[in-house]
Amino acid sequence: MIIDLPRFVMAERPYWNEMHTLLGKLESEPERRLSLEEIERLHYLYERCSSDLSRLDTFSTEPQLRAFLESLVSRAYSEIHETRARKRIQWKKLVLSFPRAFRRHLGAFRLSVGVTLLGCAFGWFALRVDARNKAVLLPFSHLMIPPAERVAQEESAKQDRLQGVKASFAAELMTHNAQVTVFAMASGLTYGVGTLILLFYNGVILGAVTTDYVTGGQSLFLAGWLLPHGSIEIPAILLGGQAGFILAGALIGWGDRTPRVQRLRAVASDLVAIVVGASVMLIWAGTVEAFVSQYHQPVLPYSLKIGFGLCELAALVFFLGWAGRE
Amino acid sequence: MSRRNTSLSIETPEGVEFSFDLATPVTRCLAWIIDVAAIAAITKGIDKVANWAGKLNQDWATAVAVILYFVVSIGYGIVLEWRWRGQTLGKRVLGLRVVDSQGLHLQLSQIILRNLLRVVDMLPALYLVGGLACVFSRNCQRLGDLAAGTIVARERTVQAPDLEQVAPAKYNSLLAYPHLAARLRSLANPEAVGIAVRAVSRRDGYDPLARIDLFHELAGYFQSLVRFPDAAREGLTDEQYVRSVLRVIYGGSNA
Repeated sequence: MIIDLPRFVMAERPYWNEMHTLLGKLESEPERRLSLEEIERLHYLYERCSSDLSRLDTFSTEPQLRAFLESLVSRAYSEIHETRARKRIQWKKLVLSFPRAFRRHLGAFRLSVGVTLLGCAFGWFALRVDARNKAVLLPFSHLMIPPAERVAQEESAKQDRLQGVKASFAAELMTHNAQVTVFAMASGLTYGVGTLILLFYNGVILGAVTTDYVTGGQSLFLAGWLLPHGSIEIPAILLGGQAGFILAGALIGWGDRTPRVQRLRAVASDLVAIVVGASVMLIWAGTVEAFVSQYHQPVLPYSLKIGFGLCELAALVFFLGWAGRE
Repeated sequence: MSRRNTSLSIETPEGVEFSFDLATPVTRCLAWIIDVAAIAAITKGIDKVANWAGKLNQDWATAVAVILYFVVSIGYGIVLEWRWRGQTLGKRVLGLRVVDSQGLHLQLSQIILRNLLRVVDMLPALYLVGGLACVFSRNCQRLGDLAAGTIVARERTVQAPDLEQVAPAKYNSLLAYPHLAARLRSLANPEAVGIAVRAVSRRDGYDPLARIDLFHELAGYFQSLVRFPDAAREGLTDEQYVRSVLRVIYGGSNA
């Protein structure tokens, strides 16, 4: 028990000041590695301050000093008890964290693919049942016209309709698709319902467009138009969905008895790696969509565009499937 | 509505407890307004530069502007919270800080996650989802905070109080009555003592009449707890009496 607070403060203040200085150094230089002596000293000071804080509990009338000691102990606690590695930016590790995170949660990715395919099937079914559903399913001006008519227009175009707006068009595509991907991940907070709806809706559009062009006899044009950017863009959105389902899984925690906070903490790095990785993919996809996908035969032969798309897809599969394997 | 905590206590493995004072939804909202204003100012700047650059190449200027708007709207919180250890401009102005909900280091992944999940918190407009989550959650966390394992805390004073300034170790007539001094220590309310400490340390900044009234009230409170003999109070103004009381409460002997 403390009998004389000023004397107690006078005796302990040098230790508090020393810890305050040491913590200040650590906080201002997060990359700094302490020597063994410094670690031992920090631990000693932490224990001493903790003990002072406990002793102060017997002296309930001094709130300000208690707040000061609490602040010191909390800062030292985060330095001493943190077991997660400090994030030093190591580019190679950073790049490889994306495929590693992807492979750790393959179940969520399969679910993402499954829901999208289900949406595709619905889009196909809705269009097969009644072609007038196209107006509801595909409310986009360039998709409303019959495929054959559009292909004829595109292939006979004498002027570049994106002349002077290509870069801004690419930027719009990048930011829009990145928003969709982030939203697919963030919708996992609705226990996955939002992610599910978003992926299903994307699938419906994809299924309806595919059905429309395939039944209209324009499969080659469709492949040449979609593959160059779609082989990266569609997987990126599926990855956003994967992140959403990972988040939902951590929130629900089926068969996992660890507290929700711990479950969320365990997947936080993977979520960030996947979403950031998918966003980078979308920068590429946006550029390709503006500068390659919108140009058709005879400007760019379909075989070249399809080949380019397939190469991109193969590279993506290789990267996600094998990069960083240990 | 769940009962909201005003502070979050963390018990260390050594059995010591410390706490974070949680920011209220109102202070968080004010910080957000400041941040929105900062983002608006940055985007206005981008607009100006894009207009100027548009004279060289309109297409590329628009493209860069579109990307920068996006990067600023998402990256503002991430970059500032990472560089300023849990603070944006708004949080810095209002003395708030994002901290790990278990008292550990705030990780970059937590900062990115809570900022990305803002898109859901902002739905359908004006932060309605996040605001409601803040009001209804026990630790005033929006959904992004819940998922990232973070809280927003009020910053604490990091300076030890200078007791000598507040109550110098001069002769103290109250200490001539140790039994009454002990009684005063046990009865004094910590909040009232805190107010008295602040009043004494800021006394020179008060209006003279307000200063007299404030110390009269504080002296009245302490006198209502323990009645010292008239001889002990003789010649003491209310302000001197309060400072003597603080010296009694902090302990110590007559110098």
